[in-house]
Amino acid sequence: MRETLGEKIFRVVVLAGLSAFVLLPLYVMVTTSLKPLGDVQAGFSWFPSRVTIAPYIEMWSTVPLARYFMNSLVVTSVATLFSVAVAIFAAYAVSRWRFRGRTPFMTAVLSTQMFPGVLFLLPLYLIFVNIDAAFGVPLVGTRIGLIITYLTFSLPFSVWMLAGYFDGIPKELDQAGKVDGAGNLTILLRIILPAARPGIVAVAIYAFMTAWGEVLFASVLTTEETRTLAVGLRQYATQTNVYWNQILAASIAVSIPVVVGFLMMQKNFVAGLTAGAVK
Amino acid sequence: MTSTATRGNSSPPTSAESTAPRRRSGRTWFPYLILLPAVILELLIHIVPMVTGFWMSFVELTKFFIRRWTEAPFVGLDNYRIAVDLETPIGQELLSSFLVTVAFTALVVGLSWGLGMAAAVALQRPFRGRGVFRTMFLVPYALPLYAAVITWNFMLQRDTGVINHLLVEQLGILDEAPFWLIGDNAFLSVVVVAIWRMWPFAFLMFMAGLQSIPDELYEASAMDGASPLRQWRAVTLPMLAPVNQTMLLVMFLWVFNDFNTPYILFGTAQPPAGDLISFHIYNASFLSWDFGVGSAMSVLLLLFLLAVSLVYLYATQWRKGRSHA
Repeated sequence: MRETLGEKIFRVVVLAGLSAFVLLPLYVMVTTSLKPLGDVQAGFSWFPSRVTIAPYIEMWSTVPLARYFMNSLVVTSVATLFSVAVAIFAAYAVSRWRFRGRTPFMTAVLSTQMFPGVLFLLPLYLIFVNIDAAFGVPLVGTRIGLIITYLTFSLPFSVWMLAGYFDGIPKELDQAGKVDGAGNLTILLRIILPAARPGIVAVAIYAFMTAWGEVLFASVLTTEETRTLAVGLRQYATQTNVYWNQILAASIAVSIPVVVGFLMMQKNFVAGLTAGAVK
Repeated sequence: MTSTATRGNSSPPTSAESTAPRRRSGRTWFPYLILLPAVILELLIHIVPMVTGFWMSFVELTKFFIRRWTEAPFVGLDNYRIAVDLETPIGQELLSSFLVTVAFTALVVGLSWGLGMAAAVALQRPFRGRGVFRTMFLVPYALPLYAAVITWNFMLQRDTGVINHLLVEQLGILDEAPFWLIGDNAFLSVVVVAIWRMWPFAFLMFMAGLQSIPDELYEASAMDGASPLRQWRAVTLPMLAPVNQTMLLVMFLWVFNDFNTPYILFGTAQPPAGDLISFHIYNASFLSWDFGVGSAMSVLLLLFLLAVSLVYLYATQWRKGRSHA
């Protein structure tokens, strides 16, 4: 099939326009992070007249960025790990058994996407405070509370996407395993998981991105000690000064892990979406 | 979403019957066992808080009762009456926030859909550099939300931002530098920022969907002499219908519930033109410390979203049913 002139014009216009739209903030982010604060405050210029890496050094001391980074890393990693594990088991059940309550479960899980966050923010806070009072498990202001909360956020999407992925793995493989005397768990670990690796990677990245970028619950469930990046970056704006160059430098620094991870795994992600969503 | 939930029912019954391992182990306790962690977590973090939220909307949970919440008096529908009373500022502001959110959602979902579709179609055929565009277009989606919105906040600053630099100093479209984060312009700002974040998701979904359309369909319609636009309408759009159906609903719910974008973009300033409903409820609850009324507003929001979702699903399923007949 040959491309018509109209198609070519369409393609060039769309790609040029969207590229400009996408790149403008990224360009501003990078160049501003390399300018001295005085130049930033003097008004915008496309090309930095003086280039400095000082913001990337000063950003660690203006606010306790390293601590926020560690908090985010611990909370996000642990939440991702558990979220993926829980999702794998749930997806295995949903994909391989037609049990009673299966459809209600899927409907309930997916409909939680509909809930406005503010609707369960206050009750959750109340519940956490009461669990603390009743059982002595500190959930407010600690990492545990945030981990438990975050690991449910990506769960609906993960279960749904993984179930789609597992459905695509031929059930004959399970049967073959059973003939060899393998139990359900062995089949999951030895047969399903290796075959579903791209889907699992995609789900893990999704869970990581969700937790890494969450703001609302982090702002209510953390204290200064357990603050994550999502809330901590605000500290660069003080009463007297906004350290724009450092904020943007820090924004780049905290974005790199997730952006690189996502872009490297985007093929898996698209494959997972194709398996789960397109059917 | 419900279409995916019922996916099991729509799969060919023969394969489900023949491979169901139920006959092997007698009673199937195993799936329930491995489902348990997910169920417990969903109950703890989503279901129980939601039920609590319903309860909160029927009691007087003001600052006075927040520490002794078990003693908070039951007030029936009073909180709902306060929330929707258009004689008072509370009701008027809620209504105006709702209308702002409806306009915001229509613009963000509509334009994200259009941009995502245009990009996916423009990148449908292989050409040199296609991978670069594909990767670049996904960056806004991969970027942590707060990093993206903070950058936009800087760009929209009146005196030091790139937007005014472009519009006033370089292009001369405007004579005087406007404020973008306060006043009526705040609406335009929050719409653009939300679209910047959201359209790559539509692009991603369409890209995944396009991969499953067989080339033969395009070849056949090209043989019939169909123009590219005609092909898009006759082949691409119908083949993307399942993706579309789920994606539009998901985007609608995400965008309507969007709290993070206005929260990071405006901080505590909350201009009325950018007062999206989640942000509004959050502020209304924490400024007045009246969680009862805040919960009533949340429940109203949930009921609205539920109603729209049900109508949407009913309408799309009905259309699907008719097209099969």
